[in-house]
Amino acid sequence: MTGPREQFRPEDHPNDHFLLTTVVGSYPKPKWHDRARELFEDEDADFGSDEWEEAKDDAARLITEEHERSGLDVVVDGEMRRNEMVEYFAERIDGYEFNGRVKVWGHNYYDKPSVTDEVEYDEEWLVSEYEFTSSVASRPVKVPITGPYTLANWAFNEVYEDEEALAYDLADLVNEEIEALVEAGARYIQIDEPALATTPDDHAIVGECLERIADEVPDDVRLGLHVCYGDYSRIYPEILDYPVHEFDLELANGDYEQLDVFKEHEFTKDFAMGVTDVHVAEVESVEEIKANIKKGLEVVPPERLTVSPDCGVKLLPRDVAYGKMENMVQAAREVEEELDAGEIDVVAGPEASAD
Amino acid sequence: MTQVVSTTPGLFPLPDWAKDELSDLKGHQKTDLISGDESAEITDAYDRARREVLDVQADAGLDRVVEGQLRWDDMIAHPLAVADSVDTRGIVRYYDNNNFYREPVVTGDLEATGDVAAELDAAAEHVDSGLQAVLPGPYSLADLATDEHYGDEAAFLDAIAAFLADEAGQFPDVETLFLLEPSLVENAPGDGADERASEAIDQVANAVDADVVAHTYWGAIEEKVYAHLMDADVDAIGFDLIADHEQTVYNVQEYGTKDSVALGLVDGQNTLVETPETIRERIDWFADQTAGDYDTVYATANTETFYLPVNKFEAKLSALADAAELEEVQA
Repeated sequence: MTGPREQFRPEDHPNDHFLLTTVVGSYPKPKWHDRARELFEDEDADFGSDEWEEAKDDAARLITEEHERSGLDVVVDGEMRRNEMVEYFAERIDGYEFNGRVKVWGHNYYDKPSVTDEVEYDEEWLVSEYEFTSSVASRPVKVPITGPYTLANWAFNEVYEDEEALAYDLADLVNEEIEALVEAGARYIQIDEPALATTPDDHAIVGECLERIADEVPDDVRLGLHVCYGDYSRIYPEILDYPVHEFDLELANGDYEQLDVFKEHEFTKDFAMGVTDVHVAEVESVEEIKANIKKGLEVVPPERLTVSPDCGVKLLPRDVAYGKMENMVQAAREVEEELDAGEIDVVAGPEASAD
Repeated sequence: MTQVVSTTPGLFPLPDWAKDELSDLKGHQKTDLISGDESAEITDAYDRARREVLDVQADAGLDRVVEGQLRWDDMIAHPLAVADSVDTRGIVRYYDNNNFYREPVVTGDLEATGDVAAELDAAAEHVDSGLQAVLPGPYSLADLATDEHYGDEAAFLDAIAAFLADEAGQFPDVETLFLLEPSLVENAPGDGADERASEAIDQVANAVDADVVAHTYWGAIEEKVYAHLMDADVDAIGFDLIADHEQTVYNVQEYGTKDSVALGLVDGQNTLVETPETIRERIDWFADQTAGDYDTVYATANTETFYLPVNKFEAKLSALADAAELEEVQA
């Protein structure tokens, strides 16, 4: 059990087995943080960019610590500095413009940008966010970054010949940012490509993007890929060829109906499985989450299972989001104890696939 | 002489103020979406939003005016989402888009609700002429739903068609009915199912005294499916010229089309706004290629328009309306 995963085991980890617990990224923003944003956007208010920066620092510190309090092994800052997973990046890349919000589902919207010129790297995206979070965290920090395919696919393309050409240009920019993050000390980077689920036939384009992204990233940097809300049978097992260590997948929302997809072909990478549904505003019980975690052990052995929510939790009430993480961590620790005690028959892993 | 009629397939973006107001009133979870029994406050917000999109269409000068389908949180699955004997379960992807709807699971006998008719009644109060209804086509609605009651695919499609026909039967007077059938392209019916899909469209089309357009999008229709669709008793078939104009033209050259045609000429999923001249050129090109002497050409966006930000959505409606005007001036 060496490689890029073991470095995240806490020194005081209580069990022999280690199910890495983490989150996908986003977290509900404190109410005062939303109020601070309103003040910052209000020209009449006596609230300038210094105050706004301080508010973002405070929120990032608070949520990082909230993650640590819940017991997570690897934390993020809840993406307190980011308004949305495409907007945030598009605002920092030359070539994008904004026209207004569009619907994702229900009353969830984002300001979908239009690419009206060739994209170019401008200001940094995430390095200062990472530096701040790691300076206040006592646990390792994961950096979620929206992938180039999603940055291309979730924008209106007005100028590129096709989305593929746009995605490759963006992949080079993501690579540039990841190199800067690694330079700053980041060791766990999660590339979010939810758009892959929308257009699964493009899995080869995402693969080519990832080759560009992973180019010259050191071996001890753990790269993950997050995909959610799609028909996984259309991208699996092809995605196993991607140059990443871990796949983080939503499965609780669909009640694990798609789990069998991953059993038909040996899951050769680490499996970060969604064990709580982020679209249900009720905290699942520890028992329920334990049962979900055990489903993950049908796919991979414990040393390759990561425990995580389905997706970002930013749409949940904050107490519910916290409750889900707390129960998730407790469930993981209890499953580890049962594994240590030999009470769980691990069906996945080398024994299962030795034939 | 061909009459160019500017229209849209409906399902508009909410005005920005309504996005905020309704988001505050309803919430963000899957249990917060429209179920057909919303509060007076929510109804009032939708009424105001509806008035606004009716005004937008009137100002643009569109020949057909839709209600806007602003309440359709579940997109074209909406009529089922508000019906009894239907459970709305997990959120699932809406075709290959970055959009989601609640999976409607039919658990008992379907009965029409009058929900869509009530929306049209509300719109009719403010529209003098040219009101257009929008419904999912039966094949697409059956495709988006899950059946736990009727037992087999043919019986389920039948039930959905009867359900939609009953809904349509309650409509006030409308000029046109657009039946949205993207699944005919996205998940094309196989042998036998293709014929049934066409018969199901008949059943809904016969329930209204209006011109009926069976509108398809996100690509061209497979040849055999198209051949069967031509048997449906509709006034026009709608084609997505943005996604695939070549195969579409081939289909029409090979199998003909109805006396009228609906053409998706404006991209409902891209902010680049087409000029009226470009739209007109596309109409002329299609007519040339198909040697068509059409009674009516419905000039429309290819898809629903809720994908667009409001400013570009409005610009595209104006471009469509202006293109139809342009044609009339030159004709």
